[in-house]
Amino acid sequence: MTDETSKKPNTGVSRRAMLAGGTALTASLFLPKQLKAADYPTSEVNTTGLAVTDDTVTIGILHSITGTMAISETGSVQAEKLAIEQINAQGGILGRKIEYIQEDGGSDWPTFAEKAKKLLVNDKVASVMGCWTSASRKAVLPVFEQYNGFLYYPTFYEGLEQSPNVIYTGQEATQQIIAGLDWVAKEKGAKSFYLLGSDYIWPRTSNKIARKHIENYLDGAKVVGEEYYPLGHTQFNSVINKIRLKKPDVIYAIVVGGSNVAFYKQLKAAGIDMTKESPIVLTISVTEDEIRGIGGENIEGAYACMKYFQSLTNDNNQEFVKSFKEMWGDDMVIGDVTQAAYLGPWLWKAAVEKAGSFDVDKVRAATPGIELTSAPEGYVKVHDNHHLWSKTRVGLAKADGQYDVVFETADLVEPDPFPEGYQ
Amino acid sequence: MKANALFTRSEMIGFAILACVIFLLLPAVLDTFRLNLFGKYLTYSFVAIGLALCWGAGGILSLGQGVFFGLGGYCMAMFLKLEASTPENTAIQSTPGIPDFMDWNQLTALPWWWEPFHSLGFAMFAVVAVPVVFAFIIGVAMFRRRVGGVYFAIITQAFAAILTILIIGQQGFTGGVNGITDLRTLLGWDIRTDEAKETLYYVNGILLFAVLFAAQFVRRSKLGRLLIAMRDQEDRVRFSGYDVASFKIFIFCLGAAFAGIGGAMFTLQVGFMSPTLVGIVPSIEMVIFCAVGGRMSILGAVYGALLVNWAKTTFSESFPELWLLGLGGLFIAVVMAFPNGLAGIWSEKVEPRLLKLIKKSPAQAASPAQQSTPAE
Amino acid sequence: MFADYSMSELGAIFAMQGFAGLILFSVFVLMALGLAIIFGQMGVINMAHGEFMILGAYVTYLVSNFFAAYLPGLFSAYFFLAMILAFIASGALGLFIEWSMIRHLYKRPLDTLLATWGLSLILQQIYRSVFGAREVGVSIPDWMMGSMPVTDLIEIPINGIFVMVLAVGISLAVYVMMFRSGWGKQVRAINQNRVMAGAVGINTEWTDRLTFGIGCGVAGVAGSAFTMIGSTGPTAGQLYIVDTFLVVVFGGAASLLGTIASAFSISQAQSIMEFFLSGSMAKVLTLLIIVGILMIRPQGLFAMKLRK
Repeated sequence: MTDETSKKPNTGVSRRAMLAGGTALTASLFLPKQLKAADYPTSEVNTTGLAVTDDTVTIGILHSITGTMAISETGSVQAEKLAIEQINAQGGILGRKIEYIQEDGGSDWPTFAEKAKKLLVNDKVASVMGCWTSASRKAVLPVFEQYNGFLYYPTFYEGLEQSPNVIYTGQEATQQIIAGLDWVAKEKGAKSFYLLGSDYIWPRTSNKIARKHIENYLDGAKVVGEEYYPLGHTQFNSVINKIRLKKPDVIYAIVVGGSNVAFYKQLKAAGIDMTKESPIVLTISVTEDEIRGIGGENIEGAYACMKYFQSLTNDNNQEFVKSFKEMWGDDMVIGDVTQAAYLGPWLWKAAVEKAGSFDVDKVRAATPGIELTSAPEGYVKVHDNHHLWSKTRVGLAKADGQYDVVFETADLVEPDPFPEGYQ
Repeated sequence: MKANALFTRSEMIGFAILACVIFLLLPAVLDTFRLNLFGKYLTYSFVAIGLALCWGAGGILSLGQGVFFGLGGYCMAMFLKLEASTPENTAIQSTPGIPDFMDWNQLTALPWWWEPFHSLGFAMFAVVAVPVVFAFIIGVAMFRRRVGGVYFAIITQAFAAILTILIIGQQGFTGGVNGITDLRTLLGWDIRTDEAKETLYYVNGILLFAVLFAAQFVRRSKLGRLLIAMRDQEDRVRFSGYDVASFKIFIFCLGAAFAGIGGAMFTLQVGFMSPTLVGIVPSIEMVIFCAVGGRMSILGAVYGALLVNWAKTTFSESFPELWLLGLGGLFIAVVMAFPNGLAGIWSEKVEPRLLKLIKKSPAQAASPAQQSTPAE
Repeated sequence: MFADYSMSELGAIFAMQGFAGLILFSVFVLMALGLAIIFGQMGVINMAHGEFMILGAYVTYLVSNFFAAYLPGLFSAYFFLAMILAFIASGALGLFIEWSMIRHLYKRPLDTLLATWGLSLILQQIYRSVFGAREVGVSIPDWMMGSMPVTDLIEIPINGIFVMVLAVGISLAVYVMMFRSGWGKQVRAINQNRVMAGAVGINTEWTDRLTFGIGCGVAGVAGSAFTMIGSTGPTAGQLYIVDTFLVVVFGGAASLLGTIASAFSISQAQSIMEFFLSGSMAKVLTLLIIVGILMIRPQGLFAMKLRK
C-alpha cells in the first residue's frame, strides 16, 4: 500500500499512509497494517549511509539533562521517548524499530553543537529530536545544514528562521501572539498593554511583534511600557510598582525560567489579584510545566496563549495524557512544548513512510503537507515553510495548576516566520 | 645545566612529548570529529597557560579569564560574521549586508565600532589588544592599590557577570544570548569543511607552542623568578626596590593576551561564539583546568585542559545524568589530594622512576631538589 | 513620566518603591549574612553558599508537604518549624563539610574556592537526582502571601514584611552571638590571631567548625525564606552567588556592620535605578558602580585591614 504513496510523492499525504502513520492513539479502535522491513530493503531506503539496519533505525535525542535548562527540557525528552515507544509497539517505521542515542546538551550552546555533530557524523542518526532554547537551535543549525541532518524542534519560538534541515513543531511568534492579543482586545476590551520579558531574543522579538500588532491593528490600543530583566532575575517589586503607576489593562508577560516563579509570587504578594482581571495577566511563556514551580495558587486567574493545554478534551489528547502518565508517573503534567516534542517522531514517521526512504533529502521532499489527525492538540499539518498549521488557544490558569480553555481559533493559523508588517 | 638556559632537560623532554602528542599521536588516532573536539579543548589550554603564570607563578587568581577568552573570540567572530553577511547571503533581510541578528533587532546600519572588523588585520590585532587593554585597566586599578588574593578573584568574577549581562542585553549589537553564529568563511576559505578543521587544528597547535615558548621564556627570565618571590613574600620584593604592581599588571595582561588568542581559535574551530563562554561558570572551569594540570606547570595546564574536557565529553556521553558528580568530585580531589595536579604526580611519582629505569643511576637524576617541583 | 499623576498617587508609588527597596535590602542581608560570617571571620570562600540556601528551601518544601499530608490543621504555622529545620539541616551539612574538607584547606584560601565549587556541583546533582530537574512548588500558607492595604493606594506585601522581620531578627541574633557571647569572643580572637588564640586555650578547631556550621545554617534559613519570593530548583542557588559575594566584599569582608551597610546601599541603588531605567541596564549599572567603587576603595566600605 505505501508503495503507492512512494510512487506518487506529489499528491500530498495519502489517506492510507496517514492511517498507517498517525493512528497510534486510536490503536485500540483498529490495528494499522504493519509495514514489513522485507518490503523495504535497507539498500533502497538508506542510500546515504545512515544508521539504518534491516530491523532498526537510529535517531538522536539532544536535550539538556543537566544545567539550568534541564528543568524545561525534561518533559520534551519524556514525550519523545513515549512517541518512540508507541511507534515501536506498532511495528516501527518501514518495519524497523526505532533506537535512540540520547545526548546531553548541558544547557551549554557549544556543547549542543558538539553533540549534534557527534550524532550526525559519528552515529549517522537518521533524524534528531532536540533543542529547546533558540540559542541551542542557532548553535546546531549550521551543523545540521552542513551535514544535512534533520532536526525536529519542539519549542514555540521567535520565528525569523526557516531552515531546510529543521521542522518546527512548536508555534512561531505570530501564530502564538496575534490570536491572543485579538482575543483580549475583543473579549476583554483591553486598550493598554505593559510588555515585560526576560532579556533575550525570544521575549524581545515576541514583544516587538506584539507592539506592532497592538499599535497598528488593535483599535485605539497602546503600549504603556516595555521592559526586560536579566535571565535569572528574582526581584520584581520595582517593575510591579511601575505597573501600578501605568495602570495597564493587560500585563503581557514573557518571563522565563526561575524568574517566572519569582515574578508571579511577588505579583500575588503585592496584592494584584489576577482573578479580578485588573489588570489582566496574559502570558505566552507559562505552560503547565512552569506552573508546578510557580504554584497554581500564585498564578490563578492569569491567561496563557499557546496551542496546547493538557486539559483539552478531544480523544487524542485524553489517550495521550493517559499514556504519558502511565509511562512517566501520575504526577506528571504536560505543557505545550512537551506535546510539540511528542509530535516530532510521529511527523518523521509519516514523512519517512510517505517518502518510502530514510534519506534526508527524500524525507524533506515528502514533509510538506504531512498531516497528523492523531495529534493531541487535534490536527496539524506541515506547511511548505516547515512550520505547522495549528490552532491557537487561550487558557485560564486555575489553582490546581491546569488551564481552562476559554478560546480557540476557529481555523488553523498559518505559520508565518517572516511576517510582513511586523519587522 | 646553566640556570639561564630556556629549558632544563626534563622540561625539554616534556615539550617534546607534548609536541608528539599534539602533532603526531592525536591526529593519528582520532577521526576528524574527535580531532576537532581536541582542538577545541586545546583552545582552553591557552587560558590555562595564562592562569599557570598568573596564579601558579604570580599568585593572582583571576576568576574572570572567560572575559578575555570571550573578548578574543568575539573579535574574531565579528570579522567572520561580517564576511558571512554579504548582501547576497542576507538578501531576505530588510537591510541586506548587515549581520542577521542586527536586522532582527531593527538596526538599519552597521554600528561604527563594527566597521573596522571588516579587516582581518584589525580583527587579529583586536583579538590580542582588546583583552590586553581590559586587563591593563583592571590590573592598574587593582594592583596599584595592592588588591590581591580573594578580593581580586571576586572582583574579576563580577566583571564576568557584568560582561555577560551586557552582551545578552545589547543583543542588537552582540547577538545576545544566541551569540554570533553561522560563521562560514575566512577570506573566502570555508572553515566548516573537514580539511579546514584539520588545518585549523595544526594552526592551533603551532600557536599553542608559540604561547608555551613565550610562557617558558617568562618563567625562566628574571621576571619569572621575581613573580615567584612576590607570590611567596610580596613585601620583601617590594622592599628590595621592585615595582611589584607593574610585574603583576604585566603578567595579568600576558595571561589575557593568551586567553584572547585561545578565544579566537575557539571561534574559528567551533564556528560560533556565545556569551556562555564569557560568564562565571566557564571562568571557574578554566581555573580547574589549570589546577588539574598542576597550577605551576605550563605543560600541565595543557594536559589539564585536555583531560578535564575529555572526561567531561566522555562522562556526559556515557552517564549524562551523573557527570556533574564526577566533575565535582574531580574538583575536590585535585584540591584535597593532588594540589600539584598532574604535573605534581608526574614529577613526584612518574618521572623519578622513569629516570631510574633509563639511567640506572638514581642518585643523580631522581633527587627531588633538581626537579621543578611546584611549590606549595 | 509623572505628569499625568496626582500628588497622592505619586506619593503612594514612591512609598511602595521605597518599601520595595527595603525588601531587596532584607533579601541581600539574608543572602549575605551567612557568607559574611564564613568569609569574613574565617577567610573561607564558600562557593556552595547558594546550594546551602537551596537545601533550606528543599527542607521547607518537605516540611510543607508533610504538614499538608499529616497536619493540615497546623499548615498555616509550618513555616516556623521549616525554618528551624532548615537551619539544622544546612548547619549539620556545614559541620560535616568543615570536618571533611574545609579544615584541611585553611592555609590555602583560594583552594577552598575550588573545592567548594566542586561541592556545589555535587550538591546540585544530588538535588536533581532526589527532587527532579524541575522546580518544586512550595505552598506557602495563605496568610503569608497576601498584602496589607495601608491606605487606598499603598499596599504592602506581607511576605516582604516577613523577610524584613527575619532579616532584622537574624542580624540581631548574629550580632549578639558575635559580640555578646563567649563563642563570638573566641571567633574574633581566632580571626585576629589564630596561634595566640590556641595558646590561651581556645579550641580553635571546634570554634571553626561551629562558625562554618552557623554560617551555613543562616544560609539555610535564608533559603527557606526565599521560597516565598523565588524559585526552588537544583540550580536556583547559582542565581544568588554573584550578588552575595559582591555584597560581602563591598561591605568590607571582615565587618558584619559593613555587610549590612553595603546591602543597604546596593539595594537602594538598584531599586531606584530599576524604577527609572529598564531592568537589565539597572543591573549592569549597579554592578559597574560597585566595581568602580571597589577599584577606588578596594577594602570595601568598612574594613579592618586588608593590605598584605
